[in-house]
Amino acid sequence: MEKRVTFKGWLLPLCLIAPQVFISAVFFFYPAGQAIWQSLFIPDPFGLSSRFVGLGNFEYLLGDSYYRASFITTAIFSTLVTLAAMIPALFLAVMADRLVKSAGAYRTLLIWPYAVAPAVAGVLWLFMFNTRVGVVAWYLGQLGYDWNHVLNQNEAMGLVVVASAWGRISYNFLFFLAALQAVPRSIIEAAAIDGARFWRRFFTIVLPLLSPTTFFLLVVNIVYAFFETFGVIHTITSGGPQQATTILVYKVFSDGFVGQDLGSSAAQSVILLLVVGLLTVLQFKYIEKRVHY
Amino acid sequence: MATVTLDNITKRFGRDEVIKGVSLDVADGEFIVIVGPSGCGKSTLLRMVAGLETITSGDLRIGGVRANDREPMDRDIAMVFQNYALYPHMSVAQNMGYGLKIAGLPRAEIAAKVADAARLLQLTELLDRKPRQLSGGQRQRVAMGRAIVRAPSVFLFDEPLSNLDAKLRVQMRLEIRELQAKLGITALYVTHDQVEAMTMADRMIVMNAGRAEQIGTPLDVYERPATLFAAQFIGSPSMNVVNAEGRDGALHLGEAALPNSTGHAGPVKLGLRPEHLRPDPEGPITMQVQLAEPLGANTLLHGRLATGDSFTASLPGVHTAGQGSGALRLSVAAEHMHLFDAHSGARLG
Amino acid sequence: MAIQISGMVERRGAGLWLTHLAMIAGVLLIFFPIWLAFVASTVTQPEIVRPPMPLWPGDQFVENYTAALLSGVNVPVAVMLGNSLIMAVGIAVGKIIISLLSAFAIVYFRFPARNLFFWLIFLTLMLPVEVRIVPTYEVIAGFGMLNSYSGLIFPLIASATATFLFRQFFLTVPDELVEAARVDGARPMRFFWDIILPMSRTNIAALFVILFIYGWNQYLWPLLITTDPSMNTIVMGIKQMFPSGDDVANWPVIMATSILAMIPPVVVVISMQKLFIRGLVDSEK
Repeated sequence: MEKRVTFKGWLLPLCLIAPQVFISAVFFFYPAGQAIWQSLFIPDPFGLSSRFVGLGNFEYLLGDSYYRASFITTAIFSTLVTLAAMIPALFLAVMADRLVKSAGAYRTLLIWPYAVAPAVAGVLWLFMFNTRVGVVAWYLGQLGYDWNHVLNQNEAMGLVVVASAWGRISYNFLFFLAALQAVPRSIIEAAAIDGARFWRRFFTIVLPLLSPTTFFLLVVNIVYAFFETFGVIHTITSGGPQQATTILVYKVFSDGFVGQDLGSSAAQSVILLLVVGLLTVLQFKYIEKRVHY
Repeated sequence: MATVTLDNITKRFGRDEVIKGVSLDVADGEFIVIVGPSGCGKSTLLRMVAGLETITSGDLRIGGVRANDREPMDRDIAMVFQNYALYPHMSVAQNMGYGLKIAGLPRAEIAAKVADAARLLQLTELLDRKPRQLSGGQRQRVAMGRAIVRAPSVFLFDEPLSNLDAKLRVQMRLEIRELQAKLGITALYVTHDQVEAMTMADRMIVMNAGRAEQIGTPLDVYERPATLFAAQFIGSPSMNVVNAEGRDGALHLGEAALPNSTGHAGPVKLGLRPEHLRPDPEGPITMQVQLAEPLGANTLLHGRLATGDSFTASLPGVHTAGQGSGALRLSVAAEHMHLFDAHSGARLG
Repeated sequence: MAIQISGMVERRGAGLWLTHLAMIAGVLLIFFPIWLAFVASTVTQPEIVRPPMPLWPGDQFVENYTAALLSGVNVPVAVMLGNSLIMAVGIAVGKIIISLLSAFAIVYFRFPARNLFFWLIFLTLMLPVEVRIVPTYEVIAGFGMLNSYSGLIFPLIASATATFLFRQFFLTVPDELVEAARVDGARPMRFFWDIILPMSRTNIAALFVILFIYGWNQYLWPLLITTDPSMNTIVMGIKQMFPSGDDVANWPVIMATSILAMIPPVVVVISMQKLFIRGLVDSEK
């Protein structure tokens, strides 16, 4: 889409666009270019010089069992987070949508966790499940379940998944509720007259109408799980135990800053870049679809 | 106040020539209506005068001075847009005074001019409102007010009434005309509505496909349409056009023969306005009436001629004759017969 | 009429109450972590370390929050709050300004390399800072911007989400307004100030809310570039309050800090709920 009517001149628009172009160049394109460049080198142990290795870092990464494990961890983690964030949100939104008058009040209450930073969410959940003082862990102990996410890999994964999904439930709830409220009443009423009961209506009429929103949220939640859950993992497990919760973004950080393996970290960045690119294309496809509605 | 001269103006978008050479001399204080169907180039022509579109070739002179390369603000024009284009976040007074504010006039002077224009347009009560709080007619007035306060040499109107309902349109039509006459400002007015063109214009330009088909006073265009297009575009219901042939000193359409005042021989197009037809038991034209629409003052009869051409007659009063399956015989005065070239559509005689 | 129609589709009687019950259960479950943090911030350390801790607030509210705000663990929480505020406002305001200008240029002008710039800017939509952390860190270090507000703010401004949103909005502004402004004699920047900017008010406000929260909730970036505790932001500072090794964490103060860390964004979101939801739903579309 383009404007039919525009102003004349080229110097003014160049000046207007300059700040953004400058900031993008310095803090985005240069670093992104650096990441690609560095991914082709291995620095010596003292960081004084580096050796060109071509795609060696990538070859090494793909052969590295830790990296492959991290890939699988990320896949499991993001799938679980997406499901755990979307299903309760949809359920709550459907419930709230039925309470036409009080939907707004519930929405106000449910918005809260969205505003809570992932890292703070991590601290809250860590506090509940802390092996020494965690109140939930303690009650589980009373029930005969010995909770210890510091040692148990599955429990660690479960905890970071729940803590990551928690704030996202709010976000998804807002979108689902908005979408549900946009479903034309007449369609629901027609289905009701046709004799479809509530859940029947929901699965045969409402859910298909929600599919654009659902697809959009699917992509957005996967992106979130991939890139924005760093704070949760860093505060709760630091990637442990035995790398059980080391997702790709966390590995970029730990290899780059903790392990000082810049070449490998850069190569990992490049791989992530491709993943984001793919997800973005998906998202844009979605936007285009929306436009034709 | 100024004259406006268009000298063989053309406009090209890429390879598309949308205005194919229009020339016009507008006298000081004259009200010119540019009328035509959508896509005929009438708005483009107006926007070129405004300076919102560049002129591909030809000269535009406002007040005798070439204005092709001037910015809109330097042309001493004011424009009323179809959607009014009021600034939504500004009050009525701010909307009207914005141009003066940019021109750097002192506040007090702006306020005085806005107040004057508001009084003229009965907007005084509304000066503090925002556009969204106004009715369509009121917004239209504000758009007018914005044009007036600047006391321009030329008013440009781009279909200003098309978003109003029918009743308001009639009222605003009168108001605009009165106002323009009172202020004596030259005006160019674009519309697709031939009634607006007929009632408002000193002179009108009938445009079609980027060309001026005819330039003249409304009655001129109505009584002596220069082309088939102008003939059919002006007048409601529109003119009947049937194929006829000049032969043996008469005009033949099928079985019927009419007097041939021009003496033109060969195939021609014959134009007959519905309101010029008269019921006449001896009349040469026989029409099979299929539908009658009584409008009170007159009755529209729709049907077909023996040649198969569809045909409409507008007869005074309530007319029931020939309704249903009946045949109706009609005659027409010689001066109300319009002949056009069968190929070019140009007027004959 | 309306009652009849909604009555037909809505649940009544027992069903209605069951729905309310399910909603309330959901809200309680979602709220529980926040509630527990609040309780922990109002009791004493011994009450927490001897499980189970109480589930109802205690009487140490003033003591714990005073301790957190004024002394904290490494640095007073008040300082971290200030840093977070500067960072969040800096990111929100900075991004809004550069995005307004560039979107205006892209939508309202035709200039050389416009398409190139357009795509360059929109490529930045793709890459969160987490993916390019190492080289970005090096850039900031090279500029000597570690432990500085500009180091905290600038790299996070380099993304086109806001530009995209403003562009979409500008495209919906009727062309006639530009033409009317040109006839009125307004030059481009005058049009920007007098017409475009006031018309964008609600969009700007909605975007401010979203960007404020985005900035406030940053974790990894401040973690990397603020080694000086006095430059810590509150969200990252909480983690720094946990002792290394086997020492017992000062839970009441940590939880008080957590509550303090969520108050500003929660207040912003709740108070500007309508704008925020509109902005969110619009920007993600």
